Amino acid sequence: MEDVVLLKGREQFVRQKGERHQTLPISCGAESVAGCVSQRACVYCGARVVLNPVADALHLVHGPIGCASYTWDIRGSLNSGKSLYREGFSTDLREKDIIFGGETKLAAALDELIPKYQPPVVFVYSTCVVGIIGDDLDAVCKAAAEKYGVPVLPVQSSGFVGTKSIGYQTACDVLFKLIEPPTTKLLLRRRPVINYLGDFNLAGEAWIIRSYLKKIGIDVNVVFTGDSRYEEIRRAANAELNIIQCAGSMFYLAQKLEEAYHIPFMQVSFLGVEDTADSLRKIARFTNDPGIIRRTEEVIAAELRRVMPDISGYRTALSGKKAAVYVGGGFKAISLIRQFREIGMEVVMVGTQTGRREDYEIIGDIANDGTIILDDANPAELERFMLTQGADLLVGGVKERPLAYKLGIAFVDHNHDRKHPLAGFEGAVNFAHEVYTTICSPVWNAVKGGVVRGDL
Amino acid sequence: MLEYTPKEMIKRDSGGMINPAKTCQPVGAMYAALGIHSCLPHSHGSQGCCSFHRMHLTRHFRDPIMASTSSFTEGASVFGGGANLKTSIKNVFAIYNPDVIAIHTTCLSETIGDDIPTAIRQSEIPEGKVVFHANTPSYQGSHITGFSNMTNAMVTYFSETKLADGKKEKFVNIIPGFVNPADMREIKRLTEEMGIKYIMFPDTSGVVDSPMTGKFEMYPSGGTTIPELKKTGDAKFTISLGRFASQMAAESLEKKCKIPFVSLKEPIGIKATDEFLMALRGAFATEIPESLECERGQLVDVMTDTHFHFHGKKVAIFGDPDVVTAMTEFCLSLGMLPVHVLTGTPGGALGSGLGGFEQEVKAMLNEAGVCGNVKAAGDLFTLHQWIKNEPVDLLIGNTYGKYIARAEDIPFVRFGFPILDRAIHPYMPVTGYRGALRLIEQISDALLDRCDRDAADEDFELVM
Repeated sequence: MEDVVLLKGREQFVRQKGERHQTLPISCGAESVAGCVSQRACVYCGARVVLNPVADALHLVHGPIGCASYTWDIRGSLNSGKSLYREGFSTDLREKDIIFGGETKLAAALDELIPKYQPPVVFVYSTCVVGIIGDDLDAVCKAAAEKYGVPVLPVQSSGFVGTKSIGYQTACDVLFKLIEPPTTKLLLRRRPVINYLGDFNLAGEAWIIRSYLKKIGIDVNVVFTGDSRYEEIRRAANAELNIIQCAGSMFYLAQKLEEAYHIPFMQVSFLGVEDTADSLRKIARFTNDPGIIRRTEEVIAAELRRVMPDISGYRTALSGKKAAVYVGGGFKAISLIRQFREIGMEVVMVGTQTGRREDYEIIGDIANDGTIILDDANPAELERFMLTQGADLLVGGVKERPLAYKLGIAFVDHNHDRKHPLAGFEGAVNFAHEVYTTICSPVWNAVKGGVVRGDL
Repeated sequence: MLEYTPKEMIKRDSGGMINPAKTCQPVGAMYAALGIHSCLPHSHGSQGCCSFHRMHLTRHFRDPIMASTSSFTEGASVFGGGANLKTSIKNVFAIYNPDVIAIHTTCLSETIGDDIPTAIRQSEIPEGKVVFHANTPSYQGSHITGFSNMTNAMVTYFSETKLADGKKEKFVNIIPGFVNPADMREIKRLTEEMGIKYIMFPDTSGVVDSPMTGKFEMYPSGGTTIPELKKTGDAKFTISLGRFASQMAAESLEKKCKIPFVSLKEPIGIKATDEFLMALRGAFATEIPESLECERGQLVDVMTDTHFHFHGKKVAIFGDPDVVTAMTEFCLSLGMLPVHVLTGTPGGALGSGLGGFEQEVKAMLNEAGVCGNVKAAGDLFTLHQWIKNEPVDLLIGNTYGKYIARAEDIPFVRFGFPILDRAIHPYMPVTGYRGALRLIEQISDALLDRCDRDAADEDFELVM
């Protein structure tokens, strides 16, 4: 590790388990160093990620065109009804608006869009430049809300205000504003009702988890925010438990719901067979209902019978291979370490963009000796550590894919470009299949082989 | 999809966009900067911009796209980003060690008014290394404007006249415009076939289509070098391809180093390719080689063989102005009717450096006797409404067109930037005679596949 050149100021963000550095805590949650080829995004991006899957909302981006262009329908969040969230709306601020202020243009855009689309709720995202020129987003949104009788909510998401995590928080605050006090008498219900937080229904993952819970005898009230609708979000306080998958984005909302409405929460993970089974058991135990606990074991047993033969097959093929992980949140990284063990692989490098200290402590506990652990990495670091650690595969997002391929390393997308669900028991099979497909592809032979010049 | 687009044209006065047909300046600037050898583009603003731009380019080119960011925080936004920029320059040279840093601004740093030249002057720049910049406020123009501004900065910073007054060296400067690396390769190949020396800038071939070697090269072998950029001031002549992306740099070079220039369309289709080659032939008093005569002959042969597939077919074309103009001309030469032509980039006034997109396309349509809708600074909502009112047989444009193609059940040919859902496009030229052959293949395949799909059993035929 000593031979690896780290950017000055980056030393505290990289650790190797089992080294003398191990006792030092890793730095995280800090601003990236200026001049980095950072893999991170901004506050706006974080807010957009969380709110975007509210399917019947009109999402209007107030700013120059870019911010709306780059986030137009890229998240892969599936939905089951009309899809207003898949249209790209922007006020397209021009120079004149920057000089004289963009409020008039925003008001005009709302006047044009609300009567035409008649959305039940409107989110207006502010971007960097709007924060700088000081448009009074609150006032414009309030006026439009009164004029049209629909909630028009400002999302204060100027990119420079902080990291992506701040954007998650901003979005949670906006969602919280929509939630009304509980109305149903919970005791009268026959089946427990819970909220599922931090699943954006990429490739339909939230639907899978919903179906497991339904079989067990638990109803999902609302998913934040995968395939969600305004009316569902309003009723979110009518639940007796919040389960959180993506803690990075939704932990804050769960805390707020606990404070305001005394709804307890628990962190779950539906990545990998082991974590999925554990999480279902945890939820069942919470209900304290013998019927639910029994049915949970039945569902788990049936699913294991169904998927384990496949997973064992992949395990045989993949045993001894090494994986590197670079994902958004810490909890996903933790799950992935366990999930790779299920398929016989060892994680030799693990990093996140927005992991929290608690996440890194767990990662430090469960990782094997010698594992490189890093926060907010850049491509140069990823390259060096993948090579020095001998990784056969990288798990990451859009920008990491070609980097891995150029190094001749297999790749799995665990971000919004995934094309099949990776959550739950069937997701675990999909994951193992995808890992197998990429690691065992014959294309790597072409990379390693080749013509020899000057021979014969 | 797009179930919300009504057929009746709705009043649109707000100036907002619904389903944009453009994006912002910095991504174009980043792409242009990648066309300099051993250059790290640097985004002066908050992290999100840099991240979005790298993601967008990565998706289109499927290659690692490197760029650094000033990582603006609230402090930088209040007190100015000068300190961040100086730290960035120091850090970038220390760790990533490029030969060149190409800084582009964002809407944020533009609005707070950061003085980039001063920050560069006050920075420690290692011996032999270069830092330059372009102002690319996101609230002006589009990504094409950003490409144009960064290309122009290459002239204002680097071009110099070494030869004595009035003397010129026998080579041509070629400014290729915002096209794929394969197109830049094709334009260079055509020039080489003519036996003419050239400097192309920017040149992203070999950078964003670099070969797989099992090694990650932060700075692949391609790109225009700084000595080449300096030498542009001694050229005989400059060809700027695509007025929106390239003409400004050609004008600057004329002003700065007195290099005459000609502004042509992107050489897409037979006529534009002819014009490009004739311009080279005229300036260098050389002959068109037999090899190119043969390529042209093959193209004409194929156009003849297939013309009846195209004649009278209505087509909608959208995308970046330079490639859309050339594509419109090519479709007309095939006998097609471009009835809807749209770009998201603002159109400029006729006679200015940016030229009038609408006037130019309308003039082409008028000459061919085609009546059509033409719009600059438009969006895909407008295009969709047009198509609902006057349906077309084919849609040509970038990936975002797939929504309309699906909603209206129209054959779709992917063309331009970005193409996010199909691979290989950046490797296959659409310029030159060979590029025209490929376009014919794509267009006729799309139309004939559709014929086959829709044919009743009794009309389904082996030969078409």
